[in-house]
Formats: sequence, C-alpha cells, structure tokens
Amino acid sequence: MDLPTLWFGLLAFFFIGYFVLDGFDFGVGMSIPFLGRDVRGPNDTDRRVLINTIGPIWDLNETWVIVAGAAMFAAFPEWYATLFSGFYLVFLVILLALILRGVSFEYRHQRPEIAWKRRFDRMIVIGSAVPAFLWGLVFANVVRGVPLDAGFNYTGTVFDLFSPYAVLGGLTTLLLFFTHGVVFVSLKTSGDIRERARQLAGRSGLLTIVVAAVFLVWTTVSFGSVWSGILSAVAAVTLVAGWLANQRKAEGWSFTFLAATIAFAVLSLFVSLVPDVMPATNDPANSLTIANASSSGYTLTLMSWVALAFVPLILGYQAFTYWVFRKRVSRASITGEPEPSGPAASGSRVSA
Amino acid sequence: MNDLLDPLLLSRWQFGLTTIYHFLFVPLTIGLALTVAIFQTAWVRTGHLKYLQITKFFGKIFLINFAMGTVTGIVQEFQFGMNWSDYSRFVGDVFGAPLALEGLLAFFLEATFIGLWIFGWDRLPKKLHLATIWVTALASILSAYFIIAANSFMQNPVGYQINEAKGRAELTDIWALLTNKVALAAFPHTIFACFMVSAALIVCAAAWHLSRNQHLDTMRPALKFGLWMMVIAGTLTFLSGDQLGLAMVQTQPMKMAAAEALYNTSTGANASFSIFTLGTPDGVSELFSIRIPYLLSFLSTHTFDGTVEGINDLQAQYTQLYGPGDYTPTIWVTYWAFRYMIAFGVLAVMIAVGGLWFTRKGRMPKKRWIWKVAIWSMPLPLAAMIVGWVFTEMGRQPWIVFSLLKTQDAVSPNTTGLEVLISLIAFTLVYGTLAVVEFRLIKKAIQKGPDQAPQPDAETGEVKHEATVY
Ligand code: HDD
Ligand code: HEM
Ligand code: HEM
Repeated sequence: MDLPTLWFGLLAFFFIGYFVLDGFDFGVGMSIPFLGRDVRGPNDTDRRVLINTIGPIWDLNETWVIVAGAAMFAAFPEWYATLFSGFYLVFLVILLALILRGVSFEYRHQRPEIAWKRRFDRMIVIGSAVPAFLWGLVFANVVRGVPLDAGFNYTGTVFDLFSPYAVLGGLTTLLLFFTHGVVFVSLKTSGDIRERARQLAGRSGLLTIVVAAVFLVWTTVSFGSVWSGILSAVAAVTLVAGWLANQRKAEGWSFTFLAATIAFAVLSLFVSLVPDVMPATNDPANSLTIANASSSGYTLTLMSWVALAFVPLILGYQAFTYWVFRKRVSRASITGEPEPSGPAASGSRVSA
Repeated sequence: MNDLLDPLLLSRWQFGLTTIYHFLFVPLTIGLALTVAIFQTAWVRTGHLKYLQITKFFGKIFLINFAMGTVTGIVQEFQFGMNWSDYSRFVGDVFGAPLALEGLLAFFLEATFIGLWIFGWDRLPKKLHLATIWVTALASILSAYFIIAANSFMQNPVGYQINEAKGRAELTDIWALLTNKVALAAFPHTIFACFMVSAALIVCAAAWHLSRNQHLDTMRPALKFGLWMMVIAGTLTFLSGDQLGLAMVQTQPMKMAAAEALYNTSTGANASFSIFTLGTPDGVSELFSIRIPYLLSFLSTHTFDGTVEGINDLQAQYTQLYGPGDYTPTIWVTYWAFRYMIAFGVLAVMIAVGGLWFTRKGRMPKKRWIWKVAIWSMPLPLAAMIVGWVFTEMGRQPWIVFSLLKTQDAVSPNTTGLEVLISLIAFTLVYGTLAVVEFRLIKKAIQKGPDQAPQPDAETGEVKHEATVY
C-alpha cells in the first residue's frame, strides 16, 4: 500500500472515530425533547441526567473532528481546500451549531432559572441535530461527486448540495446518531429514563433501518463497488442486530452494534470513493484523486510515524476516561434525592 | 457595492475578527490552567483548605472561559479551507503538519484530561486528580507551541522547497520548521504574555473582594500570587519581546521599519526610537516626531552604531527581488500597534509593582482608588496582546507567507463575496452575543467569591468532594 492510500485509510479512521463518538452525543442532545420531559414535575432533573451522561466526554469526542480536519489538511491539502471552500455555507452552519452546542453545556448550569436553562436546552437540541444532518449531507455529496473546474474548485451553488440523495444521506446520519444516542442513554442511566430510552430506541430504530437501507442500497447501486457493497451489507446487518439487542434489553450489545453500523457505513462510503477522493461530475479529468490530492512523501511519512506513535496512546487514555466514568447516572446521583424503590414504580409510569 | 462584496477584504476582516476573538480566551485558558494547577498542588502538599478554595474559585472561571476557547478554535481549524483555499493548497503540505501534530499531541490530551479534572474530583485518587490538571495545563502550552510554529512559517518560511510542477511549498525538514528562530522567540513571548493576562484577572478578582474586606484568607494569597505573576511574566515578556524584535529585524526588516515609521535607513544616533511620529499622508516621509537617539539602533541590533534599514530603501529592494508592487504595510497601524503593545504592558507591570509596594508586609491599603486601579487594570495585558497580534499579522502584509505568497492570491477563488458577508455577519452576531454572556458569567463567578471549603472527615482527615454534575 502506498502512503497516500494509507492516509486515505487513516482519514477514514479519524472520521469513523468522530462519527461513532460525537454521533452518539449528538443523539443524546437531540433526545432532550423526547426523554427530558421530566415526568415528575417542573424541574429539570431528567435533562440533567441526560446531559451528565456525556458531560465528561463530549469535548474529547468533538476533538476528533478537529483532528480529522487537521489530518485532512496535512495529508490531502487539495481535498481540504476544495471541500471546505466549496461547501462554504454548509460548513458555516455546522460551525455555528457546534459553537452554540458547546457553550450551552457549560452555560446552562450557571444559573438556576428554568427559562435560562430552557434556552440552552434548545441550543443543545438544535446544535446537535443540525450537524448530525449536515455531516451526512456533506459525505453523500462527496460520494456522489460535485462539479469541479480544472483548478479543483467547486463550481456549483449551495442549493446543488441538497439533492434527494444527499438529503437522504443527511437523514440517515441524523436517525442513526439519534438512535445510537438514545441507546447510549439507556446504557448510562438507571430508573425510568432508562426504560423510556429503550422504548424510544426501539421505535426510532425501525425508522433508521428503513431510511439507512434505502440510502445504502442507493449508494451501492449508483456509486459503489463490490467491496463497498459488502461493507454496506455488514452495516445493515449490524444495524438490525443493534435493534434486536435493544429489544432484548442488551444495551451494551445494542450500543456496540450501532457503533459498528456507523463505522461500516462510513468505511463503505470511503471505499466507494476509491481511487477518487472527490469525483468531478462534469468531467472525470477534474476529479480529485488519492494520488493528485495528497501531500508529499516526506510529510506523509512523518505523519505516519506520528500517528503510529500517538494513536494507541490516545486511544488508551480516552478509554481510561470512559472507564473512570463508567457508572450509570441516575436522578439520585444528580440531586441526592432517594431513588424510588423497585423497577415497578418507574416502569408502570411509562408502560406503553 | 462591488467593493463591499470583495471576498478578499471580507475574508480578511473575518479572519482577523475570529482569530482575535479566539485569542481573547486562549490566554486565560493557558494562564488559569497553570494557576489552578499550582494552587491545587499547594493544597495537596500542605492540606490547607484555603488553597482548595482558591483552586475551585479560579477553576470555575477557567471552565467558563475554556468552553469559549474550544468552540472558537474549531472555527479556526476550518477557516483556512473555507476562506483561504488557495493558501491551503499552497502551504498545506508544510502547514498542515504542525496543525495535525497540535491536534494529535495536544488537543486530545487537553480535551480528555479537562473532562477527567472537572468530573473526577470524587472519582480519582487525590494525586492522580492533581495530575490531570497539570496535563491539561501543559497540553495547552504545547498546543500554543505548534500553532506558533505554524504561524512562524508564515512569518519566516523555513524547512521547505517549492515544487514548481505542483505549484506548492513542500516540507523538507520538520525540525527546521519546529525550531524556526521566529517560533523560538515568539513562543515564550506569547506564553508569558498569556500569563500576564491571567495575572491581571487574578489581581482584579482578588482586589474586588479585598476592597470590600471579604474573603481575606483566600484573596490575600491570590492577590500576592497575581501581582508576582504579573511582574515576573511581564519581565520575561519584555526580554523575549526584545529577542523577537531582533529576529524580526533579520527576517522581516520591513515590518520593523514600519513599526518605527523609519522611512530612511539610518545609523547610530540617527537610528533613534520615536515616541511619537507624524508622517505625510502618502506615507513616504515624516513630518514631526519626538525621538530618543541610539535606542532604535540598540533595539534592532544590540549595538549603538548599528544601521537600521528604512522603508523607502526596503521598498526599492523588494521591488527588485519580487517584482513591481507595494511592499509596505499600513504604517500607522504597525507604528501605533507596536507602541500600544509596549505601553499597555509596561503600565500593567508598573501597576503590579505598585501593588506589591502597597501590600508589603501584609498591609492592606485603605484608599479606594488603589483598589479601583487594581480592578480596572484587568484589560491592559489583554489589549497589549491583541494589538501585538494586529502588529504581527498586518506588519507582514502584503504577504500571507512572507516572500512566497501574497494575501490577495490566497483567498478562495470560488467563494463569493455574498457568502463571506453572510458568514462575517453570522460570526459577528454570535460572537458578540456570546461575549456579553461570557463576560457576565465571569463577573458573576468572581463576585460570588469562593465557596466554603468542604470539611475534612473527622476520622480519616480526608476531604470528601461532592460529585461534579452539570
Ligand atoms: C501582554 C502582552 C505583550 C507585551 C507587554 C509585549 N508584547 Fe510583544 N507581542 C505580544 C504581546 C505582548 C503578542 C500578542 O503575544 C505577540 C504577537 C505575535 C507574537 O508572537 O507575540 C507580540 C509580538 C511582538 C513582536 C512581533 C513579532 C512578529 O512579528 O512575529 C515584537 C517585535 C514584539 N512583540 C516585541 C515586544 C517588545 C520589545 C515588548 C516590550 C518591551 C513587547 N513586545 C511587549
Ligand atoms: C497559526 C496562527 C495564525 C495563522 C496561521 C494566521 C493566519 C492569518 C491569515 C491567513 C490571515 C489573513 C490574511 C490577512 O488578512 O492579512 C491573518 C490575518 C490576521 N490575523 Fe493571523 N494567523 C494566526 C495567528 C493569529 C493570532 C493568534 C491572531 C490574534 C489573536 C491573529 C490576528 C490576525 C489579524 C488581526 C489579521 C488581520 C490582518 C489584516 O487584515 O491585514 N493571527 N492571519
Ligand atoms: C498563537 C495563536 C494561538 C494559540 C496560542 C492557541 C492556543 C489554543 C489553546 C490553548 C486552545 C485550547 C484552550 C481552550 O480551548 O480554551 C485552543 C483551542 C483551539 N485552537 Fe487555538 N490558538 C491559537 C490560534 C489558533 C489558530 C490560528 C487556530 C487554527 C488552526 C487554532 C485552532 C484551535 C482549535 C481547533 C481549538 C479547539 C481545540 C479543543 O477542542 O480543545 N488556534 N487554541
């Protein structure tokens, strides 16, 4: 394997890391209106439970996109330049959403007024849903290809990016991240919120399966290869397995299968791109390829050594963090109030 | 209308605005992380609960600030591609490497360990928890190194070769890039300046409480710490600034000539440092100035009979080297930015020295104005920092990468003025609103003062921390 191809793979790895990790905390953010309705009256304990499931980790999850972006800049400067200047307004919206979402986690608990908290809750929901949708849209457009001129500059408009295929891609990531996040909530909480999350994941999971299946089939038929088709199929199988595990109350497995779904789906998109990184729809000669978009051998060699040395370390200390915060979050751990006794008390309240 | 929608002009405004904004928070992150780490160490080693209170007090301010540093940083990461795509194509091979190193080596550490620190009070053993804040603090300093090394390549390109076929610069020597002499001087200068900024905040917070005669047991040590931090960091900022000036005279003489508004090459006594200069509007000669003889010669060459090149000669030289064009940055900006940087910094340090004098041997001044000065001098180092960057970046113009690429050739060719206008307005509105919220929250956190320290367990002597939750 030559260096540019290796880095194409590593870039896929960083984006998988980003979508698997930040994906579920987008999902937790989006679940606030569904799960954070505080069945016990007008306080916001349930919302705090939700937010605290990702409190210690959302920032490190989000850092994956910074590293993915920087790695793209270093390894494929042409791709980085074309993508970010071409999809300018889409990225503007993603950035604004990430800004609002990020400050909201830190600001919402600074003041006790419910109105203050609600404002930041809304920003968390929007700030999670918008990037969850737009990242799918971006990657669908990359796979489908866009018009490029001879200097590799995007020649379309922002409206061209909202084709039915791309919108479907956005919906797929939106739903996938949502379900993954809700499963994460059921994995990380106890009490009735856990049960409600499980039920919600069952419902949203069905919708996700339908939408994702259409998207993956469309991708494979129109843009795919044998390999990307196989990866899509694996993604579909793990998605169904994740849904089944959720129905069986095996939250850990469900979470793992859905993480695998996201990983295989992203991998499938990357594989269907080969040998391009950004195909030009108007003239194949203008396509950005792994070969013509990449950095020099020196830079790639250097970056490979750095990645080899540090990625295992990074994975190690991030895993350590997840391990330290492995305990479930409950209403009691937030407020100190005693947990109502027995699962029956909480179960009956929400039984469908 | 066409001028208004010039993507180049708008992109420059946007980049300047968002980067300066990012850099309002970064110095506090860097300086407060270290401060918190030091006080937490003091607590762990001595067991005095007042140090724990101080740790948590500044820790809270640190966190409010940290969120803003992070979210505005993401914008920085993607702006090169969005607004400066031709720049990204040209330098990506060189410039991307330090950015990726920054992400892999520093940002990941920082983002992970800050989470462990915030939520780990009751989960981690005391010493391990202490280590997490040290890792956070050191990682933030490390990240500054990489970003400054990247910026220094733009100031003084090293360790690269031009690939004519691809029309880009390619990295040939990472070590040369990381030990760029501009980076070696700019890094300490920036870091110590960051410490000045956070020292000013610490002094401000402590003075606010002390002037009201409250929280004496915690705010006195904090004040002392802040004042010393300012004096020491200030001195080191000046010393490193001097080194940076020397490096700049060698690498970008035009910038330093513009900093002095020195139009004609001069030697010895004539190479005087001006306190105030008025030039003709066309910017080719000076009308009036107040000067200190020899000082400029000394500052630029560390000798009294050195020769300092003037703008007019440099312009002629550059035209020969790089072809016809205007190689002079906007003189009034560089001239005044340079002076204000120094003036604000000197003022801040003088105030801190005064503060040490007034509080010597545990005295507490009664006069209100003394406290007022301490509180209101908070913005001085921050202002020095901002104008310092304006000087650095605008003094490099018309180049974006000195001697290799002009700013006008760096902007994204396919991004329209309208798009950039939309983003500029959006960032201005969002950043403006957040600045107000942020300012109020920090002010509130300061005024609330430190919380009661948790009492140690009667039997074991261990302090039990409440779980931190959002
Ligand atoms: C508290 C802030 C502060 C203070 C008091 C000073 N500076 Fe500064 N200065 C900065 C904060 C700063 C900065 C914002 O951090 C800059 C911008 C780029 C950089 O590396 O540091 C800077 C840049 C900068 C540059 C331009 C470097 C370049 O173009 O790359 C020079 C020559 C100096 N400084 C010199 C000085 C001298 C001689 C000072 C006092 C005697 C001084 N600075 C005080
Ligand atoms: C690695 C670090 C940095 C890089 C790569 C960088 C790069 C750039 C670029 C691409 C521009 C646009 C060209 C222009 O308008 O002249 C610019 C301008 C500017 N930057 Fe930086 N910059 C860096 C650090 C900073 C920092 C930390 C600050 C201040 C907080 C700063 C302040 C500015 C300002 C004020 C301008 C506007 C100058 C003008 O309009 O002429 N820069 N810089
Ligand atoms: C000299 C100039 C700069 C310094 C010293 C600096 C330093 C820092 C520090 C210490 C942080 C983390 C602290 C915090 O989150 O508050 C940070 C955040 C960030 N900065 Fe800057 N920065 C500078 C300019 C820039 C520029 C020009 C870029 C663009 C490449 C950039 C990209 C980022 C990113 C992406 C983050 C977010 C990282 C995270 O999530 O932890 N910074 N910066």
